[in-house]
Amino acid sequence: MSNAIAQQRGLAAAIWDYMTTVDHKKIAHLYLVSGGLFFLIGGLEAMIIRIQLMKPDNDFISAGLYNEMITMHGTTMIFLAAMPIIFALMNAVVPLQIGARDVAFPFLNSLGFWLFLFGGLLLNVSWFTGGAPDAGWTNYAPLSTTSPGHGIDYYVMGLQISGAGTLIGGINFLVTIINMRAPGMTYMRMPLFTWTSFITSTLILFAFPALTVGLFLMMFDRMFGSAFFDVTAGGNEIIWEHLFWIFGHPEVYILILPLFGAFSDIISTFSKKRLFGYSAMVFATVLIGFLGFMVWAHHMFTVGLGPIANSIFAVSTMAIAVPTGIKIFNWLFTMWGGSIKMSAAMLWTVAFIPSFTIGGMTGVMLASAAADYQYHDTYFVVGHFHYVIVGGVVFGIFAALHYWWPKMFGKVLNEKLGHWAFWPFFIGFHLTFFIQHFLGLMGMPRRYWTYFEGQSLATGNMISTVGAFFMALGTLIFLYNVVYTAIKEPRASADPWDGRTLEWSIPSTPPFYNFKQTPLVRGLDPLWIEKMEGRKGITPAEPLGDIHMPNGSILPFLMSFGLFIAGFGFIYQVDHNAWFIAVAVGMGLTLGSMLTRSLKDDLGYHIHKEDLIEKGEGKE
Amino acid sequence: MIGLMGKLRPVFIFSVLALFLAGCGEENLSALKPKGYGAELLLDLMMISIAIMLFVFVIVMAIYTFVLIRYRRKKGEEDFIPKQTEGNKSLEIIWTVIPILLLLILAVPTVQATFDLADEQPRSEDGSITIEVTGNQYWWHFNYPDQEVSTSQDLYIPTGERVYLDMTSSDVIHSFWVPSIAGKMDTNPGGNENTMYLEAYEEGVYWGHCAELCGPSHSLMDFRVVAVSSEEYDQWISDMQNIDAEATPETASAQDGKAAFENSCMGCHAIGNSPAGVGPNLSNFGNRTKIAGILDYNKENLVDWIMNPDEIKPGNKMQGYNVSEEEAQQIADYLMQLDHTEVTPETVSNSSGEE
Ligand code: HEC
Ligand SMILES: [Cu+2]
Repeated sequence: MSNAIAQQRGLAAAIWDYMTTVDHKKIAHLYLVSGGLFFLIGGLEAMIIRIQLMKPDNDFISAGLYNEMITMHGTTMIFLAAMPIIFALMNAVVPLQIGARDVAFPFLNSLGFWLFLFGGLLLNVSWFTGGAPDAGWTNYAPLSTTSPGHGIDYYVMGLQISGAGTLIGGINFLVTIINMRAPGMTYMRMPLFTWTSFITSTLILFAFPALTVGLFLMMFDRMFGSAFFDVTAGGNEIIWEHLFWIFGHPEVYILILPLFGAFSDIISTFSKKRLFGYSAMVFATVLIGFLGFMVWAHHMFTVGLGPIANSIFAVSTMAIAVPTGIKIFNWLFTMWGGSIKMSAAMLWTVAFIPSFTIGGMTGVMLASAAADYQYHDTYFVVGHFHYVIVGGVVFGIFAALHYWWPKMFGKVLNEKLGHWAFWPFFIGFHLTFFIQHFLGLMGMPRRYWTYFEGQSLATGNMISTVGAFFMALGTLIFLYNVVYTAIKEPRASADPWDGRTLEWSIPSTPPFYNFKQTPLVRGLDPLWIEKMEGRKGITPAEPLGDIHMPNGSILPFLMSFGLFIAGFGFIYQVDHNAWFIAVAVGMGLTLGSMLTRSLKDDLGYHIHKEDLIEKGEGKE
Repeated sequence: MIGLMGKLRPVFIFSVLALFLAGCGEENLSALKPKGYGAELLLDLMMISIAIMLFVFVIVMAIYTFVLIRYRRKKGEEDFIPKQTEGNKSLEIIWTVIPILLLLILAVPTVQATFDLADEQPRSEDGSITIEVTGNQYWWHFNYPDQEVSTSQDLYIPTGERVYLDMTSSDVIHSFWVPSIAGKMDTNPGGNENTMYLEAYEEGVYWGHCAELCGPSHSLMDFRVVAVSSEEYDQWISDMQNIDAEATPETASAQDGKAAFENSCMGCHAIGNSPAGVGPNLSNFGNRTKIAGILDYNKENLVDWIMNPDEIKPGNKMQGYNVSEEEAQQIADYLMQLDHTEVTPETVSNSSGEE
């Protein structure tokens, strides 16, 4: 009896701990769990889409519901699954890789997470309140501005709130990487994952405001009677397309770059070799990030921008293939002459190379503006971007999770199950998406609820659906592996992979202050250098001393929750003025929390030197 | 100099590729079986890009396979520490410069084709045909301003000649796509008018799709392009110009149908030349290839459509009228005898696009 109460209390305490935490490692857990849940929801939506398209003239779900499905699948996977899982990885790894004790703004870090979560929840509430958004994840006006019901309003408010979280997160990592590197960790010694996180954060900083602006205009058009996108009142619907893609194109690099970094670290570790052409890799990343802002109109070749604009954007898009190609060759030559260990992490990485290469090549084909008049908005495009996003981002997430799982959770994911999850997913992936290129060219536009008998599209769609089930199977095995590992596997050592970078120099999982003494970095791959010189750990840069730590706080949770309430108010005030009360209550909560935060001094606390010695020795 | 073999190899790869791809898809629907100038030009462009990409892919995969087999860690090698190479200048220059060259090879025809398809020069010449295309949720309207002819759903064009389209939308963004004749172009609401041209090589009935998400019935917004010989086209135009919208039908049922139609349906549907209305122009309805772009053309389906349009195309704007089943039968009789011209899809010599 008393035991049960104690357990309950333990659980409540743990939940409270997570609700108030500002520790980047715990925030990583939060991001991973919620991003993972959204990934499953988005996956379920994908399965429903594939079942609907399994055979011609199917009506498994209605046309209207189908449009909600595709909209939510895309929006969920990009904003609520891929982004947060990437933030999970950045949170878990970047501070450790640069030898920092936390991110620059731990409080903001927590705020970023809760904003994302409440934004995502708000968006998904729409399923239960009369219909999810249905204008596609791209949400083009005037289809979106004239869509009946409140679905689109949920899209606007949900993404606005979670987008603010992403922006905050991006700025936080920029400052962290600029300011918090350990002594000796110069820019050109940073591990590639840190580098790519850095560039991704820059892209977030410049790309998300375009979305924010677009969403604000859309919000006023739908909720307060403005006419930015309403042609009948002198507005212009094309502006939305520009704003969306000025954000949307960099977004795909925001997603893929950190995983390029993860692949680089993984390939280097499991080939036991230094990354081939490190400076070229860094340069290529910067170049991709830079060019990523100059190509948005390649999503708009058929909008009617004219041959001059189309040609310019075609050529600039093709240019991105060059730095991407450099990366592929550098990875291949990192493995060349190495000693390749095919761990699960490496398996996902090795599978990524041909898959992503195909996605990159269809990308170049799409860049060919005139030819895009055929590809555009067909299944060719669907095939292409799933090759990049699943073959690149999702493979990358699986690889990175296998690689850093011990650092995040203290255990190595079961290798055998890791391989077992890989094969169905990998085979299913190619079955699902390769054929879609052909379906597109054979005349199947994207976002089609159904197609007809006699169009020769049935076989291809059937193959694609079968593939989707294989992918689902792979995902389930991975989930099983997570549970199995948590129960059965022994605790991992500090350095289970013979790693090369700083995160492997501290225990798995690291103590909450990460580094007892800030490490001294003496070159690229600092841990490897020390190992080669026969030392066990990293040389510290400072004598043992007190460590200053931030206090936890419930305020980020409250601020975000306030916006969540206010979001409903904004959405429904169109129907009834009384809903402005919800706006007032929500904004009151948010602003009140902000005021509290501003007025109340919170100086954090210190861990004393003496405690560190005890704890440290207890561990080793 | 490149040897004979070197010269022939791309040709060989090309023809194998082309053969393989030509097997794909339905005649008159697939972009891989071009039947018009635009589609053919674009397929050639695709072939160039595929050839270049395959060339790169083969190289990448060759290195990849070699590396994975040769450098896989074997038993007893656990302690082996490979040489930590930093990089290789000349290699890195090679794989930067060669892709740049390959992309230039692709960029030139890309830019050429892009300008080619936007070429409006011949349009100023006498006798060139302009058609105004309007996308609507979920149907297409076609207006021939110079000939004062209007029609919906089936677009008649002459073969062997460029037909210029001025494209807009009456509501949301749609995209006009006839894969086997030309690429696609969006129809925007408001002042953003787009233009493109169609040039069909052979007579035939070609599938058209809406390619921009436009609402629940987006996937049901099909239309047809009927390409006929230029004599037939002239015939069609003159027949369409001389429609007598008031003509009394022969059968009693159709006469009743006419009355019912004028009562319930004329608010949205016109017969004869008229500006685009709320609903499709039903001139020459007796020769439609499909009903509402998707249903097989027969009386049963037509009655069904008149009775429950929203079940067939969810969200479409045909609503707010009230006809009985019997009236619907009569209206169907009336509409199906609206045979305003000799030039029909059946007279088209090659109509393999039909199911
Ligand atoms: C409120 C306007 C409206 C009224 C009234 C209306 N329709 Fe329609 N009709 C439409 C629209 C809009 C479409 C196009 C539907 C679509 O394909 O999305 C259409 C399509 C059709 C079509 C298919 C046209 C084609 O080219 O294939 C037929 C036939 C038709 N209507 C017959 C009728 C009849 C008969 C009536 C009277 C009983 C009627 N309509 C009343 C708006 C209307
Ligand atoms: Cu449409």
